[in-house]
Parts: sequence; C-alpha cells; structure tokens
Amino acid sequence: MNVTPDLDHRFREAALREGLIDVRYDIVESPVGDLFVAATDRGLARISYRLEGMEETLARTFGSRVLRSPLDEVRRELDEYFAGERKVFDLPLDLRVAPFPAGVLAELAHVPYGQTETYGALAAKAGRPRAARAVGTVMNRNPIPIVLPCHRIVGANGSLTGYAGGLDVKLQLLQLEGAMLA
Amino acid sequence: MQAEIPPFERFYVEHRDEVLGYLRRLLGQRAEDAWQETFLRALRAYDRLQHARNLRSWVFTIATNVAMDELRVKPQPPVDEAPVSEIRRDAFRELEHLTGDLPPTERAAVVLRYGYDLPYAQIADALGSSEDAARAAASSGVRRLRRTHERHA
Repeated sequence: MNVTPDLDHRFREAALREGLIDVRYDIVESPVGDLFVAATDRGLARISYRLEGMEETLARTFGSRVLRSPLDEVRRELDEYFAGERKVFDLPLDLRVAPFPAGVLAELAHVPYGQTETYGALAAKAGRPRAARAVGTVMNRNPIPIVLPCHRIVGANGSLTGYAGGLDVKLQLLQLEGAMLA
Repeated sequence: MQAEIPPFERFYVEHRDEVLGYLRRLLGQRAEDAWQETFLRALRAYDRLQHARNLRSWVFTIATNVAMDELRVKPQPPVDEAPVSEIRRDAFRELEHLTGDLPPTERAAVVLRYGYDLPYAQIADALGSSEDAARAAASSGVRRLRRTHERHA
C-alpha cells in the first residue's frame, strides 16, 4: 500500500504549517552538480556538495525533526546566481558556529562578487592577522558555501589551494563571476 | 551504544507505506485522514523520544490510537477491497475481508498479529493493555472471524 505523491505532499504541507519541523532540506540541481540545501525558520542553514548522510548531520545540529520539502526561494536565488543574473544573495541565514568562525564568515560575506581575497587578508579583516591557517579551516568547514563565498578566497600567490566541492568547482564559480585569476 | 534517533524523514519514509496499509485494513476509505493524523502525532512527539528502539511498534501504537478514536466515533467502516500484499498467513488471508465486523480492539489485535507479525508485547503497547489482554483480543477476534466465515460459507 504505497502513499500517493498527493497524500505525501499534503502531509509535508501540514507538518510545516503546524510549525513541527526543526529543519527542512531539498536537493537543487546546478551546473556544479546537485546541491543539498537546508533551512530553518530563521533562514538558510546549509549548502553541501555532499548529499549522503546529510540528514543525520542536520539532525545533530538543528534537531531530529528533519523533513524534505521544497525550498523555492533558495532554489530561485541559486538559479539566478548560476545564470549570472545575481551578484548578491538576499537570503536570511541561520549560522550556528562558534564566535571566531562567525566573525570570519561575516567578513567573508563582504568579499565582492568576481573578486578574490587571500586567507591572510581575510584573517586581518577578522582581527586576527596571523590566523591565515585558522581561516583556512573555517573556509574548509563553511556551512553555506556559494552564498558565503569561500570560493573567492585564494592563497597568497594566487593559487586556488582547496575547496569542499573540488578545485574544478572553485574555478568554475570564479570563472562564472568573471574573476581575474593569477 | 544506543542507537541515535533517526532524522524524522528517514523514519517517515521507512514506515509511511505500511502504516497506510494497516490503517486501510482498519478503516477502509477513511484511512487517509487517519494516516496523516498518525504522522502528525508522531512528529509532535518526535523531539521528546528518548531512544530509537521499537520505532515501528511506536508508530503502530499511534496509528492504532488514531484508528480506535475513529472507530469509536463512527463504528462499522466499509472494508477496503484493495489487494493486500504483505499477508504472511494463509488463514488470515482467507478471513481478512471479514475483520470489518470485529470490535475495534479485536480488529486491531488481529490485524497487528496476523497482518504485520507484531509480537504480543508490542501489540499490547499499541492497545495500551497487558500482553495477556492483547493475546485474548486476538484469539477472540480470530474465533469470531471463524464463526462469521462459517456462517457465510
């Protein structure tokens, strides 16, 4: 006895309407592959290039009431970004990180579209000029890549260094934005 | 190590179909509303779960409660004629179409036992009764089914 798509849809709608969900998620197709995106009532909480096991990760951070449900606003802004029509994201964010990463990510959010910044310069902006390596770790664990543009952070010599989605994806995003690369 | 409580989505996807099947057996065409109510109740209680043991019997308990409420308000629902795919016992297959005539508790006990192979301890949980009472309800239900079957035969 299989639940019909219509019945399934009605249940998910009712669950959201009643405010019973800690965090909901969706899979958004993009030119850099499928993206796992998640949001709480407060805003966009996660973007991941990895899809497997993400429900468990969400449950540990936000609560066990995890439900798949369309995230139309997130999908629309990402689509616009990948179409080259959006340079700044307007989505509210739900960042649950420690103070140091929060400060670094706040500075990261201000690195403009199409421009790059070095780890050291970002560390200096966050008030910790010698913490380039720690900033690298924060970039590595960025919960909301693309929207928080860690792809715009590069090594002191202009090398791309690393990226959660792979260096080819980092390059693809920078090329989409028309960044001048060393 | 204690099993982690799964994200609700996993729990829901794992159990949604069999719970609908169960409620169809108990409620016929009225099963869909009861099915939604079952998972909403589960969701309301989900963040208070202490452990991940027996989540299957937990959701059957909720479904049974929802179905009982429904049956007490509107007894004698129509019996669903939809094909049943998960029957494990021949005897039950022969008798199942008659379960609509059983009192609600006997009906739930019979369906959980013979339709879903739930152990009596878990059926007792679902019915909010002792294991002996669950066993008695199931066997009384089966006797009643046999009598009805013989009358019809």
